[in-house]
Amino acid sequence: MIEIDNLTVRYGGVTSLDGLSLVFEKGTCGLIGPNGAGKTTFFNVLSGFVRSAAGSVRAFGTDLLVMPHFRRARWGLRRTFQTEQAIEELSVYDNVAMVHSALRGAARRGDVLEAIEFTGIGVSPGAKVRTLGAGQRRLVEVARAVAGKPRLILLDEPAAGLPDEETAHLAAVIRAIPEHTGALTILVDHDMSLVSAVCETTAVLDFGRLIASGPTAAVLRDEQVMRAYLGTAEEVS
Amino acid sequence: MAGLDTKDAAAATVAGQRLALLRRPERPAHLSVIVILVLFVLFGLPPLMTGYYTGYATLVAIYSIVTLGLGLLVGRVGLYSLGQGAILQIGAWTGARLLFATSQPFPVVIVEAGLVTMAIGIVVGLPVLRLRGLYLALITLMMAGAITVVLATINFPNGGGGFTGYNGTTVHIPPIRRPSIAGTDPAYFRYCVVVALVMFVLVYAHLRTRPGRAWAAIRQSEPAALAAGINTTFYKLWAWALASFITGVAGAALAGQAHYLYSINFTTQDSIILLAVALMGGVYNLWGAVVAALLLELLPAVLQNVGVSYDWLTILFGVGVLLTLTTAPAGLADQFPKDMKKLGLLIWRLVRPRRPPSRQAEREPGGAT
Repeated sequence: MIEIDNLTVRYGGVTSLDGLSLVFEKGTCGLIGPNGAGKTTFFNVLSGFVRSAAGSVRAFGTDLLVMPHFRRARWGLRRTFQTEQAIEELSVYDNVAMVHSALRGAARRGDVLEAIEFTGIGVSPGAKVRTLGAGQRRLVEVARAVAGKPRLILLDEPAAGLPDEETAHLAAVIRAIPEHTGALTILVDHDMSLVSAVCETTAVLDFGRLIASGPTAAVLRDEQVMRAYLGTAEEVS
Repeated sequence: MAGLDTKDAAAATVAGQRLALLRRPERPAHLSVIVILVLFVLFGLPPLMTGYYTGYATLVAIYSIVTLGLGLLVGRVGLYSLGQGAILQIGAWTGARLLFATSQPFPVVIVEAGLVTMAIGIVVGLPVLRLRGLYLALITLMMAGAITVVLATINFPNGGGGFTGYNGTTVHIPPIRRPSIAGTDPAYFRYCVVVALVMFVLVYAHLRTRPGRAWAAIRQSEPAALAAGINTTFYKLWAWALASFITGVAGAALAGQAHYLYSINFTTQDSIILLAVALMGGVYNLWGAVVAALLLELLPAVLQNVGVSYDWLTILFGVGVLLTLTTAPAGLADQFPKDMKKLGLLIWRLVRPRRPPSRQAEREPGGAT
């Protein structure tokens, strides 16, 4: 469980997160909202790339924000990026084994190979990432996120720019993450079909504020959510 | 969590087998080529060279270590240092002093010089590595200037006993000693090649393991590296320390090669030239370091031999860097084999055996040639 209390982030005069208080219980949770709502900023605060002006984040009883950012991976925090960040000159194996502080000794090789297999990427672990397609690179990032013993996985628009069949495969992989790793997964995406396919609960941000949260289906029918996205009361699909 | 914890021995064995497949050498032929080349350089080359070229070949071996360190920083981690000439100077200074003041074996002195240089490198690196790109280059260049000035002011050691000994006169300066097994020039050349080889293996071992992975991640995406739990400051400092260490080793080897060291022979400009040749040679490839050293030391020797002034080099290197960065950004070490392959294909097309007539006929109507 991760409890966010009064989290505030300011960039100069812009308030990107405005006193956000929110709880993610377990399983796969969606985090949606229009562009500029503060979703990626929220991930960046959790990763330690952005400092919060106020508020706290307690994840499984640990105050996440006081930890040095490179320690957070050892603690069990993983993330993917909006613009995919698989390291081109390394092999798939090395890309996953990068999460090294969290993986030690003999368990490491097995864990890395198991994570790669879990994603069903369908290439040799020795293949260089620069030879892979966009969908496979996304899966490399997912493999990196599930390797070791993750506790909290942040997926930032993993399906951005992918064709439908690859998105479907990715959705199946993401849906299997909680059972495979036991980690709490937070998914940010603009693809509502993906969000409703994999997330039991969803929270909606707009201008750095929480405007709705609850079971995904109910949230997507929420009037305020539709207004934030479309400006009208038509159903979001 | 249960999914990850329930792993039995059989699964681990399978994983081990898969990993063995994964880690087999990519090109076994590559290794044999390197072995043959090294054996030739060690045993075939020295009898073929005159004394003039033996001296320069030794410098090539020594400077290949320096460009290796610079290539590591620039190509693998993305740290542009313009201070490597000064780091080399510190290594040479430390090596010379230790050789004068103690009677330790030469290899021990070389390692000590590397360690002292590394320690100084770390002290300088701690504040400097907070910067990137142009600012890092600027600060390291200023550091190079400062070290050069300091060493010139305190009279770069030209001899005398002890650690601080300075022989004010220019006569009766004792030469900096060489290892007892490598007193002659050809023997010292072989010695330096072996030292360089050890340094290349050291760097290669780093690149193939955890630090290499961390450096690759840092170079492409620092956020991704951080998110994967890589302590980027630590690994940058590690690269910096390793580059300082091998450059310090090269410095001590240089002291033995030169016999006498004078501050006038070390200029701040050297550091800039070093980066230029490292870029020309190629910083993404270990061979690039060797090519860079050949450009830096052998090219001037050849030019001087045919009567071209040394002063032309800066202009030549300037044009060279421009050409390399615009036409072959990965450097000569990367481009040359590609060009050779193309040339080989071209020659093969000209001399290849005739195809059966049916296929020839098929090609001719559409053939542009």
